This record gives sequence, C-alpha cells and structure tokens, in this order.
Amino acid sequence: MAEEAIRTADPVRTGGLIELDGLERVFDVRRRTGPLRREKTRVRAVDGISFTVSRGEMVGYIGPNGAGKSTTVKMLTGILTPSGGRLRVAGIDPSRERTRLARRIGVVFGQRTTLWWDLPLIDSYRLMHRMYRIPDARYRQNLERCVELLDLGALLDVPVRQLSLGQRMRGDIAAALLHDPEVLYLDEPTIGLDVVSKAKVREFLRDLNAERATTVLLTTHDLTDIEHLCNRVMVIDHGRLVYDGTLTGLHAIAPGERILVVDLEHRLPPIEVAGARPVRVEGPRQWLAFPASASAAPIVAAIADGYPLVDLSVREPDIESVIARMYSERPAGPVRPRGSS
Amino acid sequence: MAEPPRAGRDPRHATPARSVGGVPPHPEEPPPAPEATGPAARPGRHPLPGPGPGPGEHTLPAEHTLQAEHTGLAGHTRLVERLRTLRCGLRAYGLVAAMWMRSTMTYRASFAMTALANLAATSFDFAVILLMFTHVDTLAGYRLPEVALLYGAAATAFGLADLAMGSMDRLGRRVRDGTLDTLLVRPAPVLAQVAADRFALRRLGRITQGLLVLGYALLALDIAWTPLKAAVVAMMPLSGAVIFAALFVVGAAFQFVAQDAAEVQNSFTYGGSTLLQYPPTVFAKDLVRGVTFVVPLAFVNWLPALYVLGQPYPLDLPRWLAFTPPLVAAGCCALAGAAWRAGLRTYRSTGS
Repeated sequence: MAEEAIRTADPVRTGGLIELDGLERVFDVRRRTGPLRREKTRVRAVDGISFTVSRGEMVGYIGPNGAGKSTTVKMLTGILTPSGGRLRVAGIDPSRERTRLARRIGVVFGQRTTLWWDLPLIDSYRLMHRMYRIPDARYRQNLERCVELLDLGALLDVPVRQLSLGQRMRGDIAAALLHDPEVLYLDEPTIGLDVVSKAKVREFLRDLNAERATTVLLTTHDLTDIEHLCNRVMVIDHGRLVYDGTLTGLHAIAPGERILVVDLEHRLPPIEVAGARPVRVEGPRQWLAFPASASAAPIVAAIADGYPLVDLSVREPDIESVIARMYSERPAGPVRPRGSS
Repeated sequence: MAEPPRAGRDPRHATPARSVGGVPPHPEEPPPAPEATGPAARPGRHPLPGPGPGPGEHTLPAEHTLQAEHTGLAGHTRLVERLRTLRCGLRAYGLVAAMWMRSTMTYRASFAMTALANLAATSFDFAVILLMFTHVDTLAGYRLPEVALLYGAAATAFGLADLAMGSMDRLGRRVRDGTLDTLLVRPAPVLAQVAADRFALRRLGRITQGLLVLGYALLALDIAWTPLKAAVVAMMPLSGAVIFAALFVVGAAFQFVAQDAAEVQNSFTYGGSTLLQYPPTVFAKDLVRGVTFVVPLAFVNWLPALYVLGQPYPLDLPRWLAFTPPLVAAGCCALAGAAWRAGLRTYRSTGS
C-alpha cells in the first residue's frame, strides 16, 4: 500500500509531541430494521477532541467502555483515518504516513500479543530487530536493559505460549521498546495481571519515562495505574474530552468513594465506625464506603479493635463511578479546562 | 516503508532538554516526502541518519523547496515509491515467512505428517484422471498426455500461488478479532505481512506433484517442439501463479468488507484450479466465457497450452492470445493492488 509520503508543511510548530485539534471520527452504523430495510445511524465515536501532549509526559486516557478511547488510540497510531480535525504525532500525520510513524512509536495492545506464540520469546525480539532495522549495538543495549528491568532473563528461551499473562505482558512491553520509540501507547497494560506483575510493570514504566523521557499514553480501567504513573489524566466520555488535569483535581471534582470489604467471624449488625458508612451486609461480610481521599488505615484499625475481623480488602473507585459522580456534581457540560498540571 | 532508522542521534540517549530543541538541524536532513529518492532508496543498511527526532528540528524553507520540486516529479516519485514499497514488502514477507517456518518446525512430527498428507491428497487428484483414462482413450477430444499438460501447468501455477499467499483467506478472521491492528502498527506493508501469515512449506507438496505431472506430459507428448512452444510451456506456471496470486489478493480485499467471505474466495482459487485441470471442451460455453473474460483463469493454462497442443480454441479466439498471459497477469496485479488498497482504506475508515 503506497501511502503517499506527503506531509503538508506545518507552519505552526508548537512544542507538542502529540497534537490533536478538533479530532473527529464518525462511524456509519447500519442496523437491520426489517427484512430489507436498513437504517443508517451516525455514531460520533470521537467528537471533536483537542489536546497537546508534550515530550516526556505520562498521560492517562480514561473513560467508560465505548467512550472513544481506543478509537482515539487507533487514530494516533495511524490504524484509523480521522473523519475530521487535525492530528500530528512527532510532526507526522499518522494516517498518511503510517509506516513512517511506526518506527517512532511503540504500541502495546493489552489483550492482543504481538509475540510469536510457538517460538521462544527471543525470536520475536530478533524479528523486531530486523523488521525495524535497529542497529545491532542499540538492539543489544535495549534488549539487555529490558531483560534486566522487566526480569525476562529466564523467559527468553521459553515459547510464548508457556508464559503467564503477566510474563507475556512484560514480554510485549519489551518488544514495543526495542526500537526506542518516542511515544509509547499502552492499551490496558495491567488488565488481568496479578498484584506483583502490576507493580513490576508500573515501576518499569516510571523508570522508562524518567530516564529516557519517553512519552507514555495509557488507556486503562484501573485508576490505580493512573495514581502510580500519571501526573496528568484525561477523561473521555461520549467522544468528548470531559476532564484534563491532575488526578487530585479529578477526585476534587468527583469525590470517589473507596469500598472496604470486611469479613467477620460471624454475622453482626452493620459496623459503626468513624469515617465510613455501611452500605451492604451479607452474612458475615460487610461493605463500608469511605472517601477516596481518606486513608484506610485508621478505619481498619478501628474495626480490628472492635470487631472479630477475619479478612478485608479495599476496592478502588472505578472509572464509571467517577464519571457518574462527575456528572452528578456538575451536571452542565465540560468540566474545566486543563490547568493544574 | 523502508526508511533507515534514526541511526546517529537518538533523542532518548540525549537528555530531554537537548532532544527537544538543542540539536541543530542536520544540513542533509530530508523532509519526509523525498525519502523515495533519499537515503531509503539505497539498499545499504543504515547509511545516513534519517529524519530527526523532534518536530522542532525540521527547517521549514528547505521543506518547502523540496516539496515544490516534488509536485513536478510526482509521477516519477510515485513509481519510485511503489518500487520501494515492493522491496520493503518482499523483505518483510521473508522475515515473517521465516518465523512461520520456525514455528512449524517446533512441531516436527506434525509438519512431516501434514506434508505427506498434502502430497498424498493432491496425488489422488491426478490418480482419478489416470483411472478415467483406463476406460477411455480420449476425454472430450484430449488424450492423457494432453490432459496431463493442462493438469500439470494448472497445479504448478496454483501450488506456487498457494505457497506464496495461501493464507490470505484468514484475513477476515484477523479483521474480526482485531489482530490486524497489530500488523498495522509495524513499519512494513500490511499486504506482505498478511500474505506471509501462516507460511507453510508443506504446500510444496502440491508444487512437487504438479511438476511431476508436467514432466510426464512433456515426455509423453508427441508434438513438434519449437522454441516458441517451449517458451510458452515455461511461462505457463509462472504467469499462472501470478494470476492466481492476484485472485488471492482480490479475495482477501473483499474480506475487508465481508469478513466471512473466505469460502467465496476459495471457490475461485481452489475451485478455479480444479476447473483448469480439465480441457475446456468438457465445460459449457458460458462457463468457459466466464473464466476467459470475467475471471481470466483461461490465461493460466488453457489458452497457452491449447496453442502448444495445436488444439482448437474454445471460443473462436485469436491464436496470439497464447502469448498474452504475462500481460494479463500484470493487469491482474494492478487490479488486485487497487482492490487491496481500496479494501484497506475501507478498513481504516470503518474499523472493525
């Protein structure tokens, strides 16, 4: 496919590495309404999104399912052609120069591996080495670094099909970084991972960003990812950017509640403890809600003091509930421009 | 597309501040469009530092002049661009195919068995024809060696195409499950990556069998050979393979729109090759018309082979058509390329 390598000269060169200006993507969805009749509806999956990400930023891009997150990422990587607006990544128009852009970005799709199922992990890396034409010295250096930091040493000779989900995700992240991309897109990088793997992945990304100034754009369902990694978060809903700022700012606008799930030795009336309110009781298990900004420690201590505690866990507020609150607190329109980061 | 990696300088090895704006513009830094004539056109490994890392580095005036030059050379540039894409595609094809070969070799026993089964299955195919000829002397006016020539040419041509891009009918599945996206973010043409998908050496079985039958035909045929006839025989499997390959690509392009159309594609490719293994006189005129003018399968073996055999043409066509398969193949490739690009464009504007 000969995408023509034409780039319109861009007179305004702002400092942004990723620049979106009124980006739109409209889909025509055909629905069968009768035996022969079909109804065409227009869905505005991305409806005029504008933002700029500077080099070295680490940004969380969150929103409920179907909000337009992956549609945006597909446009940013050149997979999808925008239907309107302007888009530049590292000065390149992604849809027109997809393969040229490919050398400068890394993409990790959380649920779709790029690794070769039946071959040892190292073979997939050798393919990247040759397909991206990475100079030998740089390839060795990058591989060594990824192997060390992502703890892949023992896995290099293992066929990918034998890796666990967490191991494979680490393998995929390394594969996306061997050619030194300037931008790394991560689509749900911690989905389905256990706590240890999650921590390892997050630590690696933090280091990568600090040492190499790699710009990271992360879509996720897990607000904890954002908390650990991103100083900036963008919330998208119904194809529009509804929030762009810090995570603290987001919590201030839409104060989320965390849920403490407590298992007691036996059934008891709802627990009464300062700073939390009981929301549900089911046999010996009880659910208590407390503000996301508060610490769980004093509440846990108080419960452990006064009740026969067996086990407990804390559930973070999910994105859906944060967004729902955002609307209930501020029913009118977009939430405030980006300011605090 | 083939660009040299940014060999010399690397933004991430520099400090962030330096990589944003500190590096002076490289005097030879090519703007993106002229790459076709720039360093990438050279086959050498990484001769020059490629486009710079930061958007701030491009010198605007130079870009404008070069761009202006370009509109003047648009046609030429386009050709160079196509050739560059082709070379890059072949390279990617080789890389991906090698990976699949290694993958199949991890299950050696399975490979050996499927390869044998493949050879056996295709051999039975010809055995049926042999069996038929134990009862009759001619099939619709054709003797056994003559049918063998048709069969051998069609089977070899189809075998070559099937080896090169036989897994393209899996594209629909890739579109459905979204794995096509992982190919689209790599710096290589998607067609090459899809064509090399599940590359399987066991398909050599079909080619082997086709060549054996072709060899038998050449030994057994009793015709006055001329250099021209020999050339036509040599050409048949190759131009035929290209025609079949184009069919595979068109079928795959159609799957961007209708993701479960693999069977439609198979009816043209596998079905077509079976059809061609018999003389055209066996079939109804309308079918022969269809495979001559609509889907140009008749150019794979019928028209050239009938010339070699001195048999009459089925549709009162001129004899010189025997020499046109390479042209028809080239035309098919152009059409297939256009269909593929249109299909990919549709995918990229609708998603999955």
